[in-house]
Amino acid sequence: MIPMQRNSNTVTYAVGTETCIDKMKKQAALPIFSDEACDFLDAVSKKLLQMPEAKEYADVITFAFWGRKASLQQLKRNYINDEIRIGRGIVFHISPSNVAVNFAYSLAAGLLAGNANIVRLPSKAFRQVDLICKAINEVLADSCYMESYVCLVRYGHSKDTNDYFSSICDTRVVWGGDHTIRTLRESLIKPRANEITFADRFSIAIIDADAYLACEEKSKLALDFYNDTYLNDQNACTSPSIVVWLGEQSEVAKMQFWRTLHEIVKERYSLQAVQAVDKLTALCLLGENGEGAKALTREDNYIFRVKLEGLQEELLKYRGNSGFFMEYIASDIAEITPICINQCQTISYYGVEQKKLEKFLLECRPLGIDRIVPIGTTLNFSLVWDGYDLIRSMSRQISVLPEVVKKIQ
Amino acid sequence: MIKYQDILLIEPFSLTYDEKKALLDESLIALTQQHYDHCDSYHRILDTLGVAPGEISNYEDIPFMPVRLFKELELLSIPKEEVFKTMTSSGTSGQAVSKIFLDRNTAANQQKTLVKIVSSFTGSLRMPMLIIDCPSVIKNRQMFSARGAGILGFSIFGADKTYALNDDMQLNIDAIKMFLEKHSNQKILMFGFTFMVWQHFYKALLNKDETLDFSNAILIHGGGWKKLENEAVSHDQFNKYLKDVCGVAQVYNYYGMVEQTGCIYMECEYGHLHASIFSDVIIRNPMDFRPCKIGETGIIQVVSMLPESYPGHSLLTEDEGVLLGIDDCLCGRKGKYFMIYGRLKNAEVRGCSDTYATQF
Repeated sequence: MIPMQRNSNTVTYAVGTETCIDKMKKQAALPIFSDEACDFLDAVSKKLLQMPEAKEYADVITFAFWGRKASLQQLKRNYINDEIRIGRGIVFHISPSNVAVNFAYSLAAGLLAGNANIVRLPSKAFRQVDLICKAINEVLADSCYMESYVCLVRYGHSKDTNDYFSSICDTRVVWGGDHTIRTLRESLIKPRANEITFADRFSIAIIDADAYLACEEKSKLALDFYNDTYLNDQNACTSPSIVVWLGEQSEVAKMQFWRTLHEIVKERYSLQAVQAVDKLTALCLLGENGEGAKALTREDNYIFRVKLEGLQEELLKYRGNSGFFMEYIASDIAEITPICINQCQTISYYGVEQKKLEKFLLECRPLGIDRIVPIGTTLNFSLVWDGYDLIRSMSRQISVLPEVVKKIQ
Repeated sequence: MIKYQDILLIEPFSLTYDEKKALLDESLIALTQQHYDHCDSYHRILDTLGVAPGEISNYEDIPFMPVRLFKELELLSIPKEEVFKTMTSSGTSGQAVSKIFLDRNTAANQQKTLVKIVSSFTGSLRMPMLIIDCPSVIKNRQMFSARGAGILGFSIFGADKTYALNDDMQLNIDAIKMFLEKHSNQKILMFGFTFMVWQHFYKALLNKDETLDFSNAILIHGGGWKKLENEAVSHDQFNKYLKDVCGVAQVYNYYGMVEQTGCIYMECEYGHLHASIFSDVIIRNPMDFRPCKIGETGIIQVVSMLPESYPGHSLLTEDEGVLLGIDDCLCGRKGKYFMIYGRLKNAEVRGCSDTYATQF
């Protein structure tokens, strides 16, 4: 393979240097959940938890807790039975530009899997990114052992740079949806390299109306739902676009649910004019489609709700964001099967029995759905994401077979 | 019901807002019913919005269609064989363009309305016309781009039409000189898109050694300031710089869009855009779409009595502006006057899907 020319003046390093990248190419990979990687992440977490400013960012704190030694040991248990498993070498991560801390989880997974990592940071400026980079740099300054395993870079439009990093990596991880995946696919990876891609997905929420009405912490649930949706402009693949109601008293429950949510949204969310126009456009396009959707009366533009007559796959084209919800009252959970297509990622739920959900999965065998989680936890990171086991996808298993000793007669 | 032909006889800026509102209520509510009856898509959209046209009594309550719908859908209220012209917005390559379907009647009314509005500013005489654009922009008559449509629309005011630019966008100095010599003691009309005037006329003249004299010209330009934002030119500076370089003293900017061709909003001598009796603006609060008060910034909704062949009589634009007053502009024109701030700020939506792919 011909080494491609790197275009170094377009790349800036938030962590690491160009020399680090040269070192990466020659150094040995680590075993999965190595002490080195775990200690490093634990040290970064400690730094973050000591930073006064980090406390202002719930997502940074969540990451810091996730990265503590105790938490990592917990995660390690799922891999305890693996034989010899070590990193693949260099992982090149393209993080989504609009989610602040996703890059940190992607990096951590790459480290835990035993790799050196080149991470393209979000193009959008986030204070959270600066804080995490600062913590990493401080830890590397104290002990430089992991130096050549971490490079965090920024660059703009540059196919050359994509080409270069792609050409040296052993695994490429692409967050950011279909379009980004298409763009990156124009840059070749090595024949032995593998790729993990996170394509465009959507999600749904299921709420049992009767359980909701019995719930004593309606405001907390509303806040949880807010965090699942508005916190990312309802534009993360985990954010529900469709809310399905089960149970007897759906109408009463709906009224209370949305009213409680509205108070929170109005207080916390900054709605921009163009988002209001986008939501109205989404509503008109959904209406034009002719499946009998009805807009529900709204006090203002913070929450757009549309009542659906049925759940057809076709409707999924009309998903909106920034607070645009399609709603459906189902008499049975099996009714959601037609929309649980391949692109359907997460079901978040409240008040639905686990057994009922499992029975649904086994009986209806939907094409999609990678996870079913309680409302409020859709963004919680897991090492198994979108159906990929990140540790195993970014590492390789080596087998050592015992010698068969032949007895000489 | 009052006929549009009769409304056309009224002076465009002569009615007070109350008088005008009666006209708007009547004709816009009738148009809503007409489109509801004849355009299936519009019918379904109104049903989804829960609006029954028969129950509307105030034109402010008519649903407004986001202009982007005309990019996503083919919306028309006439049989396809009655389509006389299809107009398109000038999107950059790869972007979806709006498609607006006109029948003969709507196209004719657009032309007549434009004449009424513009001639109330310039006087009704036909003038020799210099078009600040290149001839190729109007070549394809089947698919009118916004630029081509604007030029053809305004051509009705002009005699001896001459293009100031060659197809390579260079100034055609010889043609301009000949044009000026021929009409040296007449009023002449210049028309072009704001960006074209700035980029290919003003800047080209600036680099020429000789001075051309346009002191007898009226310049009308429109199409938005978006592309000029990088140059940071204000409206006042634009007028002043042009005057400095070629002496043109009467410069009128206008606001208009291909989705409502004809009823443009012209800027008066005080720098205010005016709504004629044929159309109106309502500034909407982005948080709840309620109409804004005078002085409150919001999203601009435009209504027009003209669109009969397509359901575009009430549209929500993606522009931001502010209502400055009603009936009391110092220029004496009645009705609402307002100001445009430009496009709505493009929100950078969070979330993990694709908003950033263009960065690559």
